[in-house]
Parts: sequence; C-alpha cells; structure tokens
Amino acid sequence: MSVLTLTIEGRDVAGQTGGTILQVARENGIAIPTLCHLQGLSDVGACRLCVVEVEGQRKLLPACVTAIDEGMKVTVNSERLTAYRRRIVELLFTERNHVCSVCVADRNCELQDLAVELGLTHFDLPLLSPQASVDATHERFGIDHNRCVLCTRCVRVCDEIEGAHTWDVMGRGTEARLITDMGIPWGDSNTCTSCGKCVQVCPTGALFEKGRSVAEARRRRPYLPYLVAHEGRTR
Amino acid sequence: MADKTIVIEPVTRIEGHAKITIQLNESGEVADAHFHVTQFRGFERISQGRMVHEMPSLMARICGICPVSHMVASAKACDEILGVTVPPVGVRLRRVLNLAQIVQSHALSFFYLSSPDLLLGFDSDPALRNLVGVARQTPELARDGVALRRFGQRIIERLGGKRIHPAWVVPGGVSRPLEASERDSILAEIPDARERAHRTLDWYKKNVASWTDEVAHFGDFPSLYMGLVHEGGNAAYSDGLLRVVDSSGWVMADGVDPRAYGDYLGETVEPWSYLKSTYFKPLGYPAGIYRVGPLARLNVAERLGTPAADAELAEYRERLGRYPSSSFHYHYARLIEIVHCIDVIDHILSRSDILDPHVRARAEINRNEGVGVSEAPRGVLIHHYKVDDDGLVEWANLVIATGHNNLAMNRSVLQTARHYIKGDQVKEGMLNRVEAVIRCYDPCLSCSTHAVGQMPLQVDIRDAEGSLLRQVSR
Ligand code: SF4
Ligand code: SF4
Ligand code: FES
Repeated sequence: MSVLTLTIEGRDVAGQTGGTILQVARENGIAIPTLCHLQGLSDVGACRLCVVEVEGQRKLLPACVTAIDEGMKVTVNSERLTAYRRRIVELLFTERNHVCSVCVADRNCELQDLAVELGLTHFDLPLLSPQASVDATHERFGIDHNRCVLCTRCVRVCDEIEGAHTWDVMGRGTEARLITDMGIPWGDSNTCTSCGKCVQVCPTGALFEKGRSVAEARRRRPYLPYLVAHEGRTR
Repeated sequence: MADKTIVIEPVTRIEGHAKITIQLNESGEVADAHFHVTQFRGFERISQGRMVHEMPSLMARICGICPVSHMVASAKACDEILGVTVPPVGVRLRRVLNLAQIVQSHALSFFYLSSPDLLLGFDSDPALRNLVGVARQTPELARDGVALRRFGQRIIERLGGKRIHPAWVVPGGVSRPLEASERDSILAEIPDARERAHRTLDWYKKNVASWTDEVAHFGDFPSLYMGLVHEGGNAAYSDGLLRVVDSSGWVMADGVDPRAYGDYLGETVEPWSYLKSTYFKPLGYPAGIYRVGPLARLNVAERLGTPAADAELAEYRERLGRYPSSSFHYHYARLIEIVHCIDVIDHILSRSDILDPHVRARAEINRNEGVGVSEAPRGVLIHHYKVDDDGLVEWANLVIATGHNNLAMNRSVLQTARHYIKGDQVKEGMLNRVEAVIRCYDPCLSCSTHAVGQMPLQVDIRDAEGSLLRQVSR
C-alpha cells in the first residue's frame, strides 16, 4: 500500500491508497458534515451531505465514497457547498413530517444539528406532508416513518454487524420506505433479534425505544464502540 | 326599522378568535345575541396514529395559552392507559406546575385583559384602555400584574425548561425530579408574590361597589356549577373528582369519576357556534346549563384548604352569598384563587420529600382507553383517548372549559346586550361591556398566541338581509 499526497482546504495531507477523502480529512481534523456515514459500517453515499469540490472536476463528489488520488486538490468549505448542503437538509425536512417539539429525538438529533450547523432557519420548499405511518408492533421498539431520512444506517448495522438483515428499503423516490423482512410488521419479523442496534444508530427520531417521551431518546453509542458518526461527538 | 344585526369581531382582549353578533328587532331592541367561537378540532386527526407517549407534548401544542393544563390532563389519560400509579412526588410536582399555570393565566386575565375596564372604566377611551393605561394611572397595580404573571411563568420554566411547551410532564409522572436549587429559587419568590396577590385583592374589594350595575347584568342567572374537589370538599386542581351543584347548593352529582363524564355531560351543536356546547345530561338541554372555572370552583368546593385564602373565601361568601351567580364575580374568584395557588405551591415545595428522585412510573400499554382531567385556569379540562394494543392513538376527544361554558357565555352576552344596547347607534363603551362579559370567563378560544390586546375590533351592524348599515373599527 502506498501513500498518496493531496491538499484539502489548502493543507498538504497524506493518506493510504484506497482511503476516502472523508477519512483523510477527519484524520487531519478537517470537518465535513455527514449523515449516512457511520464509521465501522460500509459507505453508501446516500445523503450527499459530504459533497466536496475537487479541482478539475465539474461535479461535486461525496467525500465518504470518493477515493483519494495523488495531487488531488479538495475544497471542503465554500459558499456553494454550504448552499448545497443546506438545500439537502431542507429537502430531508420537507420530504416527511418533522415536528421537533413533539419528537423523541428533539435536541438529540443529527438532522436537527445539521440544520443548526448549516444555518437552515426556514424552508423555501413546500412541505410534502406525506401520509407516513408508525409501526409500533415490536415489543420494545418502534419506527416512525415520518422522521426517517433513509440514511440506511439501520439497514447496514443490522446486516453487517448483527447479521440479521431485517431492514430493507422498498419503493423509490418519495415513495421509498424502510421495511422489515418482506414488508411485514416489525413485531412479526422472525429475523429481528431485538438487539436494538438500529435504534442506536438512527440519526433521527425515526427509530425509538418505546416508553420514551419527547426529547428522551438516548443514543447509547458506547454500547457500539466500533461505530462513530462524527469524530469528537459521542452520538 | 328593519331587523338589524351588530357583529363584534373579533373580540379584543380575549385569547383567541371570536365574534359576537347582536340581533336587533324592529324597534331597535336586542332580540338575540350570540357568541361564536371557532374551536380548533384538528387535534383528532393530528393525534391519530401517534405514539401515546407523545400525547402530552402534542396536546400542549394545540393551545398556546394553557399548554400546561393540557399536558396534565393528557398525561393523566396516559397514566390510565399505562395502568400506572404515579409516585406521590410526581403527582405533587405536576400539581405545582398546574398551579403556577393558573397563577400566570389568572394574572394575564385579570391585570392585562380586565383591569383596564375595572380601573379606567368601561366607557373610557379605548386607546388607553389597556395595561399601559393602567400603569399610567396606578403603576403599582400594573407592576403587581406583571410580577405575578412572571412568578407563575418562572416556575413553569424552572420545572419544565425554558420552552413554551415544556416536555416535562410525561405519562407516568414527570421526567426529571426537582433540584434543591430550583426549589429554593421558587420558594424565595413566594413572599413577594403573596404580598402582591393580597394587595390586588384588597384593591378589588375596595372598588367592587362601583361595579354594581355590571354585577347585576354581566351574566347574573342561576345555573349549575362544576369543578373538581378532593374527598372532604376541598377544591382540587389536578386531582380529585367532579362535583356539580346548583345555585341553591343542591349537590346534583358528587364523587364523579372523570371516566364517567359521558354519563353526565351531553353535547349539542348549535347552529350559531362551531364549538360544541355541553350541558348536564340529567337535567337535559337547555336546563342543564352549567359553568366551570374560578366562580364555579369556589361554588362547588366547601373550602380551598389554605388559611389565608379560606379567610378571603369566607369574606367573599359574606359579601356575595354562598353561591354567587353573577359571572362578574369570576374576577373576584380569580384573585382569591391566585392567593390560594401561591400558598399551595409554598406548602408543596416546603415538604421534606419534594426532592425525591422517584417521580415517574414506567409501564407498557396496559389499557386501550384513558380519561384524564385537570382544572385549567378557565375550568375543567377533559382528555379522553383510545389506543391500540401497541400504544398508537386511534381516537381522541377533548372537552375544554370554553365548551363547558359555552351556553352560559351566550346567556351572559344576551343579558348584557339587552341591558346596555338599544338601536344601532350604540356607544363604544356599551359594546365594550358586551365583550367584557365574555372576558369574565377568560375563554381560551382557538389556539392562537396572538399578541394580547393587539387584535383589531370590528363591529358590523347589519339589517335583517345582512347588508351592512354601519361599521365601527378600532
Ligand atoms: S427526527 Fe430530528 S429533525 Fe425530525 S422531528 Fe425529530 S428531532 Fe426534529
Ligand atoms: S430509520 Fe433511522 S437509521 Fe434507518 S434509514 Fe431511517 S433515519 Fe436512517
Ligand atoms: S453521502 Fe457521504 S455521508 Fe452521506
């Protein structure tokens, strides 16, 4: 494995072949916002929050799945990038029904944090206000599709770490929904081991422990020490 | 002269949105008068399919005016669904929160909304007839009002966090025990609040004689009264059972478990109101007209249970009789309640066990139905939910104080209008009285948080065909 050198935000940095821009940036203390990325799980490039500019490339590239290259010049922060990221978060908010003040994840939510971080103070886009359901058939947990951002962290942790593969995504676009097994109620799933890993990795209030009231979600990530959403953050 | 209709819309200085219509007959006398309210009924749709644990916070959001009372009633309905007994300290802390809400809401109603009429006169210049005008004439009174309101609000902030809709009250109790520092800060503010409450009450008593005409025509009629009482007859605010008495003191119902509210309260929809009117079923409609709120609470209770407030209550009864029947006396009752609530808060927070960390009981869904009741500042508030086995809400019903009082408010508006209004050239002060009788009830109307006192008032005077004869705006 050879070492590649590149610049990120004008700083000379180095990483191993096959490493991603996100990895190298974080190793060097350069922050890039992410949502679907969770260190320890495979990356899928689903949310596009980590987009960066690479000199010579017209397209913006997702840092979590873009491999570094010798001599690459990467820009992580620019007005254009912030505008893009803000718009992505706005799309996530307006696509489903987020009412933070009655949400179990209020003040403990990565989507909320991103909105604050990116200065999203109001929505220009119309709210889609879809009809989305809550599946509370599982004995201990529930999923509120109104708050799911389809990051698929739950799908991956369940598949890659627990090995149960209970979760999947069905449908496309705004119709896409998380499903358990072949689309049966969670409580009827015979693959789910009730380990609760999905609940722990969910960045929003979509997956929750039953019995918790508003703003009472507690992510016990130390319980999954090998998974890190953001360096320097415990959630 | 043809039949005419005077429409006062929206009513200023009451919280929410409403309209008064006054129907004149051919000789210009008031033939009929109605108070129209639009109640927000969306809560049923909003709550459907939601986890029951969200309900207290969700329901608090339907009303920006008394969110705490909704939370308490809602949480009590949820307690029943979980089938839990809330730990005693949890019960007491909820009680403190609700009492603080009553103090702040009563202060808003009395000082901000009603004291301008009382101090400056119903006929005074409407431009000055507000708290600023009060402050100019009697700065002390205005300051007491501001301070009492803040006293209540600060307790709510300390207990529930600095948010408009605290998420502190949860099914099974409260989410966090009280800290010694919070208790101490609240207790430290009590002597000042107490002094202000008594000073206001003294001011009111000194002046009550000057409102004799209003007392006699602001909804003075016999009716039933309903409120929560503890066993033994002390007034209850967050717990207790329902009692209904009539104007001569006959106990029509007592020890009524709120779960049985449907057996006692019937609902009717009047063509002139979007808000359901409730009546006492055993007497039927419309004989079953009843009132809730401060006046009713003092009528149903034998006593309040704190010495200073009970002394005031004794004097109140001495002056007005055992069962005062004019809605004007809501003001007086409200002031006595402020004194009482402050003393109860003091009493509860001085208990040695109040910092006990055991404030919440947890359980799964054990029942599919729950009813919770509390006394909101403006009267009995009932929340009733049905949930599926997983705890998702399937059905919800709310009976709010303004619904209980709807028939009485209408009767009051008619009485006041008949007395003060003749012809369509009515003076502003006369219309103000028609509004003021509604303010006695301090109705919480839709769920708006409009800046208080900022709403424009429009008076439409229409003939029988509905064409506009005259329009007054301010
Ligand atoms: S999931 Fe996050 S953003 Fe969505 S309602 Fe809950 S707290 Fe708000
Ligand atoms: S449920 Fe949570 S973890 Fe799963 S896809 Fe939705 S937001 Fe992501
Ligand atoms: S696409 Fe990179 S973090 Fe989501």
